[in-house]
Amino acid sequence: MSQTVIDTANHIVAYAAKAARVQVIAAYPITPQTSIVERIAELVESGEFDTEYIRVESEHSAMSTCIGAAAAGVRTFTATAAHGLVLMHEALHWASGSRLPIVMPVVNRTLGPGWNIWADLTDSMSQRDTGWIQFYCADNQEVFDTIIQAYKLCENEQILLPVMICLEAFILSHTYMPVEIPDQKKIDGFLPPYKPKWFLDVDNPLTHGNIVSPKWYMEFRYMIQEAMETAKQLIPEIDKEFGECFGFEHGGLIEKYKCEDADLILLAMGTIGSEAKIAVDNLRKEGLRVGSARIRVFRPFPKEEIRKLAENTQMFAIIDRGISFGMDGFLAEETKASLYNQKDQPLIAGFIAGLGGRDVTFKTVEKIAKKSSEWMRTDRVEKEAVWVDLRE
Amino acid sequence: MSIPPKPRKETPITTLSVPTVGGMGKTGSWRTFRPIVDYSKCTRCTLCWIYCPDGAITRQEDDSPKIDYDYCKGCGICANECPVKAITMEREAE
Repeated sequence: MSQTVIDTANHIVAYAAKAARVQVIAAYPITPQTSIVERIAELVESGEFDTEYIRVESEHSAMSTCIGAAAAGVRTFTATAAHGLVLMHEALHWASGSRLPIVMPVVNRTLGPGWNIWADLTDSMSQRDTGWIQFYCADNQEVFDTIIQAYKLCENEQILLPVMICLEAFILSHTYMPVEIPDQKKIDGFLPPYKPKWFLDVDNPLTHGNIVSPKWYMEFRYMIQEAMETAKQLIPEIDKEFGECFGFEHGGLIEKYKCEDADLILLAMGTIGSEAKIAVDNLRKEGLRVGSARIRVFRPFPKEEIRKLAENTQMFAIIDRGISFGMDGFLAEETKASLYNQKDQPLIAGFIAGLGGRDVTFKTVEKIAKKSSEWMRTDRVEKEAVWVDLRE
Repeated sequence: MSIPPKPRKETPITTLSVPTVGGMGKTGSWRTFRPIVDYSKCTRCTLCWIYCPDGAITRQEDDSPKIDYDYCKGCGICANECPVKAITMEREAE
């Protein structure tokens, strides 16, 4: 029987790992991810969760452990945040290059110095080129559901790439919300046991991750790119199938809200996307035709859907909780790149907001939308990247 | 002789290798010094067989080593490890 629990996203992640019947977990604590591995440790200790729980000495080791376990053919999991994630960087490439379906929640946290423990997307954004699929969640239910969906996706033999499930520090990780956890039998039906195409086996020896000459290296890279393209087809299909089974859908690649007739569309990720929906409702009461498009999947980037959104609107206002120093916000960059060579090119204004955990509420989003609509009326974006509420 | 590559569609999606003899060709041609076993000194301790980094030494029925000169690169580790100096390294003929 399904049950509704009220808990933090971190604990919900632990319940999702259990529901996915993960077989190997590499555990290393880092704030604000720590209560994920702590809750899992409690579930293992109490006998509720039958899994191999491996305590490691660093995040680099955590990912290396996952690579070894996944190569041995079992369902594998770890979780991290911020500096832990960037310490993993090298191993992230090994995981994707070895085409291993590892799922890893990342609790998005600021990078130091000027260090703090609050929300910022720079940690996972700076891993965007590692060949990992990246989801960004807006609430605790989506966190649970996306972990289950992610295993289904990445274990598909057309994909076989690792997945990050990104959730913002404290705004989700430590906030209690009601979450419906479906019946285990139904989850097992949706997510059958992992059947690897190859695995390390002493009776049938093979090695993986070997040297490849320039004659063949490009072909292996091309196959990763092909899998990413296929993921763009499968993610909405899996989300839809999940919705049919369990009642919740999360928008596939992009969660669109009142975009059909919108002159101005707000593009954001994670919880800013939730705030944007409230802002849209408020602004529509004031007569502004605004919509919200929450980019749920950043890799593969849904450029075809972005192009479709661009066909019927005048302007995109893009909000980034992160900055690629020397260029723009990550989402603004990718969106602009997606629209080059296209006939329909709306005005685009980028906004940098909420770095280091500064609050971005629906009021902030409304302010951003109003500034954008002024520029829309004059058909001229005065500033390409606005730092919202920056102290002078 | 190297293994002829298959078309892309038939290759595995990641780099997987299975044990095979001479996948990179006959590396014996790389050799400058050739290990020679003096079987009258050899005590059949098998250390040379254990230490050979290329698997170019096999154990014969009596545990004495047999060097496969098609693949031995002449690194000299076997000669260095041999506790009774039964293996000597001799320069290959010009």
